[in-house]
Amino acid sequence: MSLVARALEAEGIATVVVGSARDIVEHCGVPRFLFTDFPLGNPAGPPYDRAAQAAIAAQAFDLLESAKGSRTTVQAPQLWPDGEGWRRVYNYIGPENRDALRAEGAARRERQAADKRSLAAS
Amino acid sequence: MVDSIRENSPVGYMERTRRYYRALGYNNDYNWSHYDDVPFAAPKRPLSESRVTIVTTTSPPGGPRDGDRMLKEVWSGPTTDTPSDLYTAFMSWDKETTHTRDRESYLPILALRAMAAEGRIGGLTERFHGVPTTYSQRRTVERDAPEIVRRCREDAADVALLVPM
Repeated sequence: MSLVARALEAEGIATVVVGSARDIVEHCGVPRFLFTDFPLGNPAGPPYDRAAQAAIAAQAFDLLESAKGSRTTVQAPQLWPDGEGWRRVYNYIGPENRDALRAEGAARRERQAADKRSLAAS
Repeated sequence: MVDSIRENSPVGYMERTRRYYRALGYNNDYNWSHYDDVPFAAPKRPLSESRVTIVTTTSPPGGPRDGDRMLKEVWSGPTTDTPSDLYTAFMSWDKETTHTRDRESYLPILALRAMAAEGRIGGLTERFHGVPTTYSQRRTVERDAPEIVRRCREDAADVALLVPM
């Protein structure tokens, strides 16, 4: 999506990105970025929280007006409602799942190889 | 190396993802896009007179019909009578912590409609647009991003709210 922001801006359409993967968006570089520090999946606000969603949309447009140059990041003050435990969850790796992950990766590569073989045969 | 996870500090998704794929046995790390220069377009007119569009990385409702082919194409949907359930199952997001049953949590049509009613923005375009995330940056740069630009122009959008999952 950061690449789309670049293309739109180059054509004169002002953009603001609302997203939760701060490092990935800033690594690419976008003109305006409202960072919502939530688990991936609900960048526009926690599910069914209409007040938070409205506040986040409002902040996005405030940023659209106020940014003076590229790479302007603002962090939304809204917090994830269920505490901070979610930060450990996504793509978790620990001693208890290392073997399972290795097996899953092997199975995935086998599936990919089989897909390639059937494509080549068709 | 221990992944640094601190209370209230942003998750480092690039490092987390590299470690995860290494744990799966993949050897080549993904290289995320990086640019030194970032274009910047000042808004052309006051927000209260601007037509706003939304761009999402989700796929159309209903999921795959023709293999998974249609899921990776640029698509558009209506901003009135918008489907309540866009397709998100193929995407990488935190499926253990949260869910995507509330469309407004990733496609804030109602919030923007309220801002239009208040006069904060001029209005919404008739369509929003979808650009499902693909592994290939080249494809995004050469094909999908120009197609999104084309559709935004067709809709006379002044401003775009981009909401990646």
